[in-house]
Amino acid sequence: MLGYLRAFRIKDFRALSNRQTTMSHLRRLEAESIHIMREVAAEFRNPVMLYSIGKDSSVMLHLAMKAFYPSKPPFPLLHVDTTWKFREMIAFRDETARRLGLDLIVHVNEEGVKRGVNPFDSGSAVHTQVMKTEGLKQALDKYRFDAAFGGARRDEEKSRAKERIFSFRTASHAWDPKNQRPELWRVYNTRVKKDESIRVFPLSNWTELDIWQYILKEQIPIVPLYFAARRPIVERDGAMIMVDDDRMKLHPHEKIEHRLVRFRTLGCYPLTGAIESSAATLEEIVAEMFAATTSERQGRVIDHDESASMEKKKREGYF
Amino acid sequence: MSAPDKIEDLKSYLAAQEQKSLLRFLTCGSVDDGKSTLIGRLLYDTKLLFEDQLAALEKDSKKHGTTGDDIDFALLVDGLEAEREQGITIDVADRFFATDKRKFIVADTPGHEQYTRNMATGASNSDLAVILIDARKGVLTQTRRHAYIAALLGIRHVVLAVNKIDLVGFSEPVFREIVKDFTAFAGGLGFASVTPIPLSARFGDNVIARSASTPWYAGPSLLSHLETIDVSSALAEKPFRMPVQWVNRPNLDFRGFSGTIVSGRVRPGDTVAIARSGRTSSVTRIVTLDGDAPEAVAGEAVTLTLADEIDASRGDVICAAGARPEVSDQFAANLLWMAEEEMLPGRPYMLKIGAATIPAQITDLKYKTDVNTLSHAAGKTLHLNEVGYANLSLSQPIAFDPYRENRDTGGFILIDRFSNATVGAGMIDFGLRRATNVHWQALDVTKDARASLKGQKPAVLWFTGLSGSGKSTIANLVERALHAEGKHTYMLDGDNVRHGLNRDLGFTDADRVENIRRVAETAKLFVDAGLIVLVSFISPFRSERRMARELLQAGEFIEVFVDTPIEVCIQRDPKGLYKKAQSGAIKHFTGIDSPYEAPENPELTLKTVDGDPTTHATAILAYLRSGGYL
Ligand SMILES: Nc1nc2c(ncn2[C@@H]2O[C@H](COP(=O)(O)OP(=O)(O)O)[C@@H](O)[C@H]2O)c(=O)[nH]1
Repeated sequence: MLGYLRAFRIKDFRALSNRQTTMSHLRRLEAESIHIMREVAAEFRNPVMLYSIGKDSSVMLHLAMKAFYPSKPPFPLLHVDTTWKFREMIAFRDETARRLGLDLIVHVNEEGVKRGVNPFDSGSAVHTQVMKTEGLKQALDKYRFDAAFGGARRDEEKSRAKERIFSFRTASHAWDPKNQRPELWRVYNTRVKKDESIRVFPLSNWTELDIWQYILKEQIPIVPLYFAARRPIVERDGAMIMVDDDRMKLHPHEKIEHRLVRFRTLGCYPLTGAIESSAATLEEIVAEMFAATTSERQGRVIDHDESASMEKKKREGYF
Repeated sequence: MSAPDKIEDLKSYLAAQEQKSLLRFLTCGSVDDGKSTLIGRLLYDTKLLFEDQLAALEKDSKKHGTTGDDIDFALLVDGLEAEREQGITIDVADRFFATDKRKFIVADTPGHEQYTRNMATGASNSDLAVILIDARKGVLTQTRRHAYIAALLGIRHVVLAVNKIDLVGFSEPVFREIVKDFTAFAGGLGFASVTPIPLSARFGDNVIARSASTPWYAGPSLLSHLETIDVSSALAEKPFRMPVQWVNRPNLDFRGFSGTIVSGRVRPGDTVAIARSGRTSSVTRIVTLDGDAPEAVAGEAVTLTLADEIDASRGDVICAAGARPEVSDQFAANLLWMAEEEMLPGRPYMLKIGAATIPAQITDLKYKTDVNTLSHAAGKTLHLNEVGYANLSLSQPIAFDPYRENRDTGGFILIDRFSNATVGAGMIDFGLRRATNVHWQALDVTKDARASLKGQKPAVLWFTGLSGSGKSTIANLVERALHAEGKHTYMLDGDNVRHGLNRDLGFTDADRVENIRRVAETAKLFVDAGLIVLVSFISPFRSERRMARELLQAGEFIEVFVDTPIEVCIQRDPKGLYKKAQSGAIKHFTGIDSPYEAPENPELTLKTVDGDPTTHATAILAYLRSGGYL
């Protein structure tokens, strides 16, 4: 499977002999993210880190541990739980908070639960809107956070390329595209009025490949679902969905198969497609990445629902 | 190949990947020069596109493309049309690609009206600019503007991309002519390198590899130039600077200073200074999660501990003791205005440089620069997208270097204090005087001493409200009552001051700001003398009243809002001014054709439609008594 690695050898030597005296790009990205986090910690009254349990969140959290060491990050983690996350994600979340000794706030949109909102019957758009977007707004209001870190990257999607690192939100959490601030140098305008807030994206300039390389270099723990294993899979609407619990009802023609798969992104299990893969170590994942021919969002059912809808979601307050 | 071999291979490959450097560049060009096509082509040819994106691109090209059946690379990065329709302002879109040698972030700066501002934003973080020219059109006014802004923002390397060379028959003379025109002009801008390349973004000539269609061109392809150019400005070899972002205090035994090193390098044992206070100490540790580091260099985000308990906080700059930055509260800078609302000299803005945020004002606009012709012209204000050269004055000294030495210690933004918008960007040229040499004269007889002799606590009663609202009437009654009690007072009245001290000022926004500034400074001197000062001025702008408040100490500024509806004032019209304003005989009259911004948190609000002036005066006296002023 790693036949193409032969070609790497030759490139290696070329790249190595070309070594620069300046900082490597990963070091540069790391430093930039840390700088951003410290600005927020110093200038905001009540920041929070949105922790979504995925690989980007793992990197973001790792960078926060570095940024404030030997202090702990001076803000809590917030997970907006849609109640449909993979069970392994929840276990990993709790273990991570315990291991690092950090405050973890878990918020569930109880109103949505009461109304019985779920990804199967309500559809992915409504489910995401209610359980994720509205849940997030509830939590931000409840705790009066004035800055929230998110792990979004600019390479994820065309419309993200234009997002600022400090993204300004009105008192009702709306993203006002006309009211965004130019960002020059390393100088960020962090001023907000009462009840206004800022979403901060310290990983803006990272690519998916950078994330994996950094996880490998720093040996950052990630949810085991990223690694290939035999998992119970059902094919639905062209995606491979993992049957994570018995809330998922099978259609008559569907049957569970145990396939060797892994996930490139993690979210609500009924909305997250697996990919066929045998990559069971970080090295193999990175190798697979180099050879990858599809972009990571393909695994996300939410994007297919309405194409080019990111802009709209953002305006509504989705991260 | 056996399993361990593969992993070994991969590891060394990754090690090499990790050592890649990063080049940030920006592309500038006018509409249709081929900017999007070029960026799309780079993404495409460096294989950064995934199959699903490619499939989408091919589909889109057939549907919306401008290139027939060929792939339209511009579609990869466009979509801007739609955004413009939605009224979204985008200043910069960042795109990523990589080759074996380097990783790239390219800032794509669209927008036409906003071009200067957008381009400056992209340029502030770029090492190199690719300036596109349509070979058929040659060097245009815009080309000059792009080169000037790149130079202004400190970009030292330029690629002159002569695009659409296919449309001029790959002609060498056309190319030469354009290069000659450009160098004649850009020679004065001080670039370290200018590399002209004949290109066809659409067909790929000289983009990734040298093209057979331009045999007369001996230089590198665009990509190989971008991969190899050395853009390091030797920041690591310059004197050590680290703005303190955050003081790290996990417990009483640890006190570290966290920040990003913006130039030089540091090792334990180095002697460093806190730039503003001049106190020195030595570095004991460079603390990281992965253990103490033996050295840290420009670009790294670190935490330092020092040998002595010296005072340093957010906004201070730790520097090499032997090579310190300038410290001053006044400097000259190039300014780029980024807001719809014009720049007003004298108005207080917040200036953010490094980790320091400080009230500042533009004291003097020396000249405006026409970004198209580079000629200078006199001016009083700057409008959106205008560039000028100005003196700035800060409420306290800061540490800085000239921008050409260091972008991080020499670049700043200006923030509007009410909208919180980023309204301007500045590049420091040089300090105007050494603040360290002009320490305030330490005076023996203090404000407290003068005030206690008079048996009162000095303060400013700042009456604000529309013309005819009743400010002067109430202020007069208060002053008479105070005088009767043996208190020492002084009254500054708008009309009277305009006959003397401010005789040279009119009623434009800029003059109103200056009017209030002088009055506020005068009031401050009188407070220093121990007096209770009554200021009766329309003072329509929040930011100027706030400036006055901040000149004084807490508790010394008492804002009295004389709240009378405009209709009532028009009806009263004691001096017949409203009538004149309404007929157009007076311009810029507050409430008619100039705004009045009501106070948000005044100490006192007096509604003159209920109650007579005496009741209001009594309320003020009660306030002074309960506050211990009398
Ligand atoms: N013949 C030719 N056409 C080009 C070249 N580069 C761009 N174009 C075309 O010029 C038009 C404008 O290009 P676009 O990339 O959208 O310009 P932008 O506004 O600068 O982003 C499109 O129709 C392109 O296909 C080139 O090198 N040769």
